[in-house]
Order: sequence, then structure tokens, then C-alpha cells
Amino acid sequence: MADAVALERGLRLVGQRVIRHDARDKVIAATAYAGDWAMPGMLHGVVVRSPYPSARIRSLDTAPAAAMPGVAIVITARDVPHNTLWTDVPGQTTEVGPLRARLHVLAEDRVRHQGEPIALIAAETLEQARDAAEAVDVDYEPLPGVFDAAAALEPGAPAVHDAGNLLAHWTVKRGDVAAGFARAEVIVEGEYRTQLVDSAYLEPESGVAWIDSDGVITIRLSTQVIEHFRDVAEVLNVPQNRVRVIGAYLGGGFGGKEDVTVEVYLGLLTWKTGRPVKMVWTRQESLLARAKRHPYRLRYRTGALRTGEIVAQEIEILGDSGGYAYLSALVLLYSTVTAAGPYRVSAASVDARVAYTNNPPTSAMRGFGGMQTVFGYESQMDRLARTLGLSPLEVRRVNAIRRGDALPVGQVIETYVALPELIDRAWAGLGEPTRSRAPHLKIGRGVACNLQPYGRIVWLHDWSSAWVGFEMDGSLVVRCGCPDVGGGQASSLCQIAAEVLGVALERVSVHIADSALTPLAGTTTASRQLYMSGNAVLKASRELRDQLLAAAARLLDADADALEMADDAVHATDGRSLPLVELLRACARMGVARSHLGVYHAPAGEPVDLEKGSGKVFPDYTFGCHAAEVEVDTQTGVVRVLKLVAAHDVGRAINPQSVEGQIQGGAVMGLGYALMEEVVVQDGINLTTSFASYLIPTASDVPDVDPLVLESGEGLGPFGARGIGEPPIAPPAAAIANAIEDATGVRITQLPITPERVARALGLVVDPQ
Amino acid sequence: MRLSLTINGRSRDVDVEPHRTLLEVLRDTLGIFDVKEGCNEGVCGACTVLLDGRPVSSCLVLAPTAGSRAITTVRGLEGGGELHPLQQAFLRHGAVQCGFCTPGMLLTALAFLERHPGADRETLRHAIEGNLCRCTGYAKILDALEYYARG
Repeated sequence: MADAVALERGLRLVGQRVIRHDARDKVIAATAYAGDWAMPGMLHGVVVRSPYPSARIRSLDTAPAAAMPGVAIVITARDVPHNTLWTDVPGQTTEVGPLRARLHVLAEDRVRHQGEPIALIAAETLEQARDAAEAVDVDYEPLPGVFDAAAALEPGAPAVHDAGNLLAHWTVKRGDVAAGFARAEVIVEGEYRTQLVDSAYLEPESGVAWIDSDGVITIRLSTQVIEHFRDVAEVLNVPQNRVRVIGAYLGGGFGGKEDVTVEVYLGLLTWKTGRPVKMVWTRQESLLARAKRHPYRLRYRTGALRTGEIVAQEIEILGDSGGYAYLSALVLLYSTVTAAGPYRVSAASVDARVAYTNNPPTSAMRGFGGMQTVFGYESQMDRLARTLGLSPLEVRRVNAIRRGDALPVGQVIETYVALPELIDRAWAGLGEPTRSRAPHLKIGRGVACNLQPYGRIVWLHDWSSAWVGFEMDGSLVVRCGCPDVGGGQASSLCQIAAEVLGVALERVSVHIADSALTPLAGTTTASRQLYMSGNAVLKASRELRDQLLAAAARLLDADADALEMADDAVHATDGRSLPLVELLRACARMGVARSHLGVYHAPAGEPVDLEKGSGKVFPDYTFGCHAAEVEVDTQTGVVRVLKLVAAHDVGRAINPQSVEGQIQGGAVMGLGYALMEEVVVQDGINLTTSFASYLIPTASDVPDVDPLVLESGEGLGPFGARGIGEPPIAPPAAAIANAIEDATGVRITQLPITPERVARALGLVVDPQ
Repeated sequence: MRLSLTINGRSRDVDVEPHRTLLEVLRDTLGIFDVKEGCNEGVCGACTVLLDGRPVSSCLVLAPTAGSRAITTVRGLEGGGELHPLQQAFLRHGAVQCGFCTPGMLLTALAFLERHPGADRETLRHAIEGNLCRCTGYAKILDALEYYARG
């Protein structure tokens, strides 16, 4: 990393494996999750959902339900002041045009996926609410549906929405692709399929709402986005400052709590009844109705020279959005930008489409479209290596993108790219090859690299804010609107403030995620909170330090530059010191503020024309490389991952233990995606609405992931940090598929890689006819 | 029906319908929220409590059957304001992320380790396979269990 920046040295807390304050609360179960909340006299709310994936609502009779014991209210679409939520997607470059995608709060005359919300009920007890839900009389006329993205785009396909089934279409054309393929000495082609998967956080969607003593509608829930208070206000048609969202510490999010979940329903029920209301979705409901990760069909055609140098890429992507748009157009944009991987290519075309179907809706999930493409481009890299007789490592080294290179969309990478080191370290991390235990158990190894943006699209003009202030006893308070999904977001903010202001971590209290009382910090999505809110806290802390040191300089008759804050005191280079508490008292007398509000604005830009490759889409990217060693049972098709080494350049690890946790947890989620997870849908009906049928990895299913943390110091976050929440989930599927080919010679192109698929590829299963 | 439950050594009298699960009574009737509900069908392990020292999914236990038995939740692990050494091991090794699986994970592991002190990592891996965690990838949980098992 000769040309990377130097890490800032001499830090006291940043870079330390500190114990998170929230972990202390969680091991004694003191943390009050959204569902661990109760209000006196509260009602229990439930959602009535469509059993059909495609139907017209002929009539809806709520009277029998409303007459049931204990029922306080039944709400349908016509009772909702403003029944539409919008997703705006500026900058789209195709015939679809700028998108304003609609989502109904409650279905009006048409349902487009199984589980679509039809009505809301609140009753004195949960049983009464559930009984009443059964009594809502809906007369459905089932309609023909379409359950495959390709079929949805065929002429004559049933229209999911009136404007047609093509939801979004992004294209990129860079260089002369035809000339690139003409120059190529070898061309490899592949088609890959990825599946529908669920976030499957342990904590279901939940919350409690009440009207506070000041008349403000207050909703305390599990959400990654407290800014949805604005959506609640719009739906209720009340001023935005009359709605307050409090974000509890989450029991997992992974993108599934980025769109609205219970808050709009709770807002409606509490506003209409005037009473507190609790809503907790069942696991079955969560697996049935929540937006999931898009299944993709990916087609790659890659041209290269004999040296391995890629000279042309032609990529087609087709995704399935399910019944509604949610964030699909943006997810597809991430796929479009990352489609060619972290590799130089002078000529590339990407054609990416996402279609409406009557399948379960899809939206944000960890990786956000940057994940599916890895299975495509990293399978291609191994195919290329195999065709050319080169090592998979060499093909990647030859093509690895470097600072100053541009992605096919035209964005020039401005920071150091550590791919060569990451590839070497991940591979070396596998250690000595495991010896096969029996002739039918084949051992193989594979690698996969990736790039993942962190921070939001530059034309969204992202910002975060945080307030940092001292109390008179020298204890420190941080206020920041950042929700904590469990990754240690809040704890890292404390670490940064304590570092700059020279106090012990134990003396910091942090208040997070309250739209009324904490400065807004934006969403805990897009691997952005450490980057964005970390920078906001850093800025607030540094400016607070500067104003306090200016006061101390006057008191000590010293130069402010010669003072530093450490150990609850201000120290001068000549050995004199001033206790922090004395300084704070003096500041109070002198009228010097003991707090500061910091606002951080990310690098911004205007919407780019992707097709022309006109420039920057994301602030920066995180790069990684995973290496896997697998054992394939060639009699049964069972694949066991023996080793998984996950190397990422995190820029700077603020808390290395949290960073390792993100890498290990993300990689295991990626391993579930590779081998076992799939939401099975038949004609729009979800067959996997239980943890007994939707399988996520257990401790016995996975090896200990070896996290390799590389710190280039090149990130845009505080102290050079990069985002690391999403990146580790993406590479395992391709690394495992590549290892399986190394072991057995067969290439698996469809996820998940079940024993059945492997057995078929090995010729162990022969279908009749 | 009238029921007397012994929870973390203290007796609590409740009126419950006989079909209520222990999970419902703990959370909804008694407001004991340190027991989590993740799936309500006995798969995820988040609602684990100890009944006479044995881990059970409280969503699968009818409350009246717990009447004569000692119920332990994670709040029962602390002693005299001090964290249990296994809780300390979880902190030291970063075994907690979102924390939703943590109470059940602690109880399952503790019950196992009391019967199998000094268990090795692979044994511990299988011992916790009934408790799902979606955040950590299990490695740091196993680090903590192994550290505790080695004393």
C-alpha cells in the first residue's frame, strides 16, 4: 500500500476493541426493543392481508368485524386521509422516464401480491383483533397473475400496473463493445440465476404508538429510518412536526426495516382511536409480506486477451420487483454500477431491467443490488481463468481496478484500491489444504472479490448531524438521530467523541434515533452511518474542543495550539493543566458554549447520465476478497464449507471487534445465500413462511469465518474509515461456486447451491425423459 | 386458572387461561420482557428459558405445566449486581450485536456448560444450533463460550 495515506497515530480509543455500552445492556436484557414496550390502556393492532397474489376486490364489508367483542376500530383504504406513499427516482435514463412509484397504504380495488394489506383492526386484546381480522368480509375476484420477470415483459402478459410491467431500465455503454469483442482472443459466456431471500432478522416488525401529552403522534418502533415520520404525517394529512418517531435499538434490520413497516399503520390506528396501540407482526407475517431481495437473471459475455486482460463486457440483468416498486429502481442502479465488478474494462455495456410481477415485493436488503452481480462477474472471472489456463488469482490481479481507473458508468475511483493485497491475504489465510477424508469427498478452493458503495447516491445530497455537549460534571452527551441496528453504530459515535474530547468512554451517554429530540442523521442503510454520522460527531467534537481550548488558552494564558484535552483535563505543553470541570465552570461564567451541533455534508453531485458514462454515482466504495475451501460429497451433492476467509479494506477500524463482527456475520449471511436460503414461491404463493421452512444458517452449518481487516486509511469516514456493513455479504456465493468447480469440475450457476443442484450437475440425478 | 410461578427464585401468582404458553404469560401477563419472541413455533430459540435448569422454548410450553418448576430467565443470571462470568465472556469477545438472540443463547449455553464443563468448540457449536443468530455468524459467540468453558 505504498501509495495509500498514512493512518493517524497516537489515538487513545479509536482503533481499540472497546466493549460497547449497548452490549452491556443486552447481556442483562435491559434493552427495551420495540416489542418490549407497553402503554396503559393500549389496544392491539393487526393487519388484514390478501390471500391472493392477484385479485380484484369486488366488495369489502367491515361491519361484522367492527361488531366483534373488543374491537375499537376497523380501517380500510377509504378511511386513510392520503392512501399513497411515493418513491422518487430521479435521473433514470430510459423510456420508462423519471419514476414516481406508488405504494398504497391499504389496497383499494386491486391486490398485486399475497399478503398485501387490506385493512387494519385495533381491539382490546390481541385475540380479539385476530378474531376480528377473520371476520372482515372481502369478496375477491381472482385475476390472472404473472410470476416471472421475463414472462411479465412478454407481450400480452397480465398487467400488474396499468402503465406496464417494466418498472425501471438502466443502460450503460462505455467504449466500443463490438470492437472489444473483435479484439478479444477468448470469449466466455454465462447465465446465472439468484433467488428470492429474506432479511430474516430475529426481531419481527414491531412498535407502539400513542398521542403524547402535547398532542404529538409518537411512534416507538424498530426502524432503520426515523425520517418516515414524514410519511406518517403525509398519510394522516397532519403537519410533519406533529409526528414523532422514536427508533428503539433494533433486533436486526439488514434493509428489511428501511421501507415503512408498522409506523404508518400504528399512526392511523392511534390517530383514529386516540388510544395507544401496539403492533407486532408474527414471524409468518414477516416472512410472508415483507419486501425481500430481488431474484435476478444475469447474462455475461466477457472478452479477454490471452494475458487475462478483459477487453469487453456485455451484461444483461433482469430483476423481479414483485407487486410494487418500493426501492427496486435504486437497487437496480446499484447493480448497474457494480455489474462489471472491481475490474478495469475499456468497453462495456450493461442493460438492466426490473419488472413487476405478482410475486412477493422486493426492495432493500444488505448489499442493495451490489450483491447479485458478484455471483455473475466472479463466476465469469473463474471461467476466464479456466479457459486461459491461468490461476484465478492472476486473472483478478491483472484486471484489478486501481486509483484513477473508471468504472463503466464513468466514475473514477479516487481512493486507494487494495485488491492485490486483499487477494493475496485471503488466499494465504486458507493455510494448508485440507486432506480429503474419503475418495468421494472432493476438496476445492475458490475466491471472489467485490466492490460495494458506501454512502448514498451523490445526487441525493446526503447529510447527517449530531450534537455533542458537556454537562457541568464533565460527563459528555452525544445526541444523534442515527438508529442502531445492532452493528454498534451508537457505540462508535461515543468512541469518536471521547477520543477527540479526552474523556473516558464510560463518561459518555448517547441518545439516538428520536426525530423530535436528536438532530437528524439520515437512514441506517447503505453502510453509511459510521461514515456520515461518524463524521458529524467528529466535526461537532472537534469544533467543541476548539471553542473549549480557546477559553482554556485565555485562562492559562497559553496558546490554544499548545493545549490538548486528555484524561478529563486540559494539558499545556509546559506541564500545566486545568481540570475539565474547572474549565466548564469557567465557560459557564464567561458565556462560552459547552456544546456544538455538527453537520456533515457528503460529497454531492448532479444526476449522471449512466449511458454516457458521465461521472460519479457514489461517494466511494469498499473492496474485499473472500477465499473459500469446500468439501463436496460427490455421492450426495452435499457441500460443506470448511474454511472461509474474508478480507476487506475497511479504511480504518474504529472498533476492530465490531468490524470483525460485521465481516463474520455478513459472510455467514452470504453463506446462507450461497447454500440454503430461498423463499419458495409457487404461482405467487409463498410456501416458506416459517423458520422451519425458510432456513437460515445455524451454528452447525458454518465454519468460523476468519476476518482479515486491512486498514488503508483511505476511506471518507472518520479517521479514514470505510463502510463495512454491507460489503461482506456479497462474495461467499461466488467464492463457494468457484471452489466447487475447483473440487469437481462442475459449475453451478443457480443459487442456492443445494445438494440437489450439485447432484444434478454431477449427473447423479437423471430425470425421467 | 390460578397459577403460582417461581421466576428467578421469586414466586409470582397469576390468573391464566389454561391454553396460554409460558412465553405469553411471561411477556404479556407479567411484563417480563427479557424473554424474546422470535418465531412462536419453537424454531429460533429466542424465547429460551430454563425450567429446573433445562433449556426450553417457552413458546412451546403451556404455562400451567411450569407451575411447580423453577423458571430462570437471563435476569436470573446476575448475582449481587455482578454479571455472570458467561455474560462477561460475551462482552469481552464481542458476542453481542443486535442482542435479540442473546438472552436465549446465554441460557442454552449455560445449561449445556453446567452439564458439560470444559466442552470443546465443536461440541459447543452443536449445543447452540437451536438458537438462531442472524448478526454474528456465531464465531464470536463460540469464542465467548470457549473462553468461559476453559475457565
